[in-house]
Amino acid sequence: MTTEESTPPVPVPGPRSSADLFVTFTRLALQGFGGVLAVAQRELVEYRRWLTREQFVEMLAISQVLPGPNIVNLSLMLGDRYFGLRGAASALAGLLAVPLVIVLALATAYAEFASVPVVAGALRGMGAVAAGLVISTAVKLFGTLRTNRMGPLLGIGFAALTFVMIAWLRWPLATVVVGLGTVAVAVAWRKEVP
Amino acid sequence: MTTPQVALTGAELLGLFAHFLVLSLLAVGGAITTAPDMHRYMVGEHHWITDAQFTTSIAIAQAAPGPNVLFVAVLGWNVAGPLGALATMSGILLPSTALSIYASRWGTARRETRAVRAFTTGLTPLTIGLLCATGWILAEPYVGEPSHRVGAVGLILASVAGMVRTRMSPMWLVGLGAVVGALGWA
Repeated sequence: MTTEESTPPVPVPGPRSSADLFVTFTRLALQGFGGVLAVAQRELVEYRRWLTREQFVEMLAISQVLPGPNIVNLSLMLGDRYFGLRGAASALAGLLAVPLVIVLALATAYAEFASVPVVAGALRGMGAVAAGLVISTAVKLFGTLRTNRMGPLLGIGFAALTFVMIAWLRWPLATVVVGLGTVAVAVAWRKEVP
Repeated sequence: MTTPQVALTGAELLGLFAHFLVLSLLAVGGAITTAPDMHRYMVGEHHWITDAQFTTSIAIAQAAPGPNVLFVAVLGWNVAGPLGALATMSGILLPSTALSIYASRWGTARRETRAVRAFTTGLTPLTIGLLCATGWILAEPYVGEPSHRVGAVGLILASVAGMVRTRMSPMWLVGLGAVVGALGWA
């Protein structure tokens, strides 16, 4: 499949209605095990073609700067772009409603079977993988520090300081983000070409 | 993970909601980056759930389809049932949702300004540091238990290698973890 050609530059047909948004986001949420972002890219860009790859990357970059889960922010932005607040609410509801019911059902079922060694063991194994998935995301993103406009040394330094303050010293997140974050943004401000 | 062991008072539920409201605005890079602080608050400070319950909540959310942020609902559910899930989930979503919609309209127009660029550049390293810390805190209970250490560390390393070196779906890794764990090796 030639994804290059299959993504038309302009214009892309958008969702037909808020209901269409809801159904599409439910669809992609239900395919996402251990994270939805990769599925979202395939569904929104390659299958539905609501966004070009460039538009998707642009939205993702903004999502990452904003607080909150990236995929949640992305769904809000996309919904808002087409149908305003109603669209944003539909996309978010699609993303969360059905998976929420499933996950709470699983949590309840797990309570029933927690004493069965096989079930407890399976969950332990999945938990270890979950830890690995988070670490792998950090490993993949670590490379971006090389091109950080603060320079690689300062970037790695701030990342390492954050790790020590949170993982070892167990300082509250608010203290670290507001305190160290202010310093980091101030340093970045000085490095940015005005 | 069992049904809630502690009955929370109304004031405690409000406190839980308020804590997640604050975390929502700090969750740059995803809700998972605030997991260490949720752990500090719910396990360390209030003893509402155990260390194992905390890690299991995240594992259940990862094993289920849907956004990873749903682990927040499972944590709330394990602390105080439906009301707990409502408190944590609405807390983590309301502020960031409101901010997202308005800030994205604002920020899209000013993407290349010095202030927005400095904000992104400055906070990227913190986001990465937070992800490392989250991975560390999630891995700790598995690595710290000698009886299953080899299997657990093996699974963690296999997941990292699988995600970084190949383009396989994380679904297969989660399945592998379930099988290895069910056999009693992790």
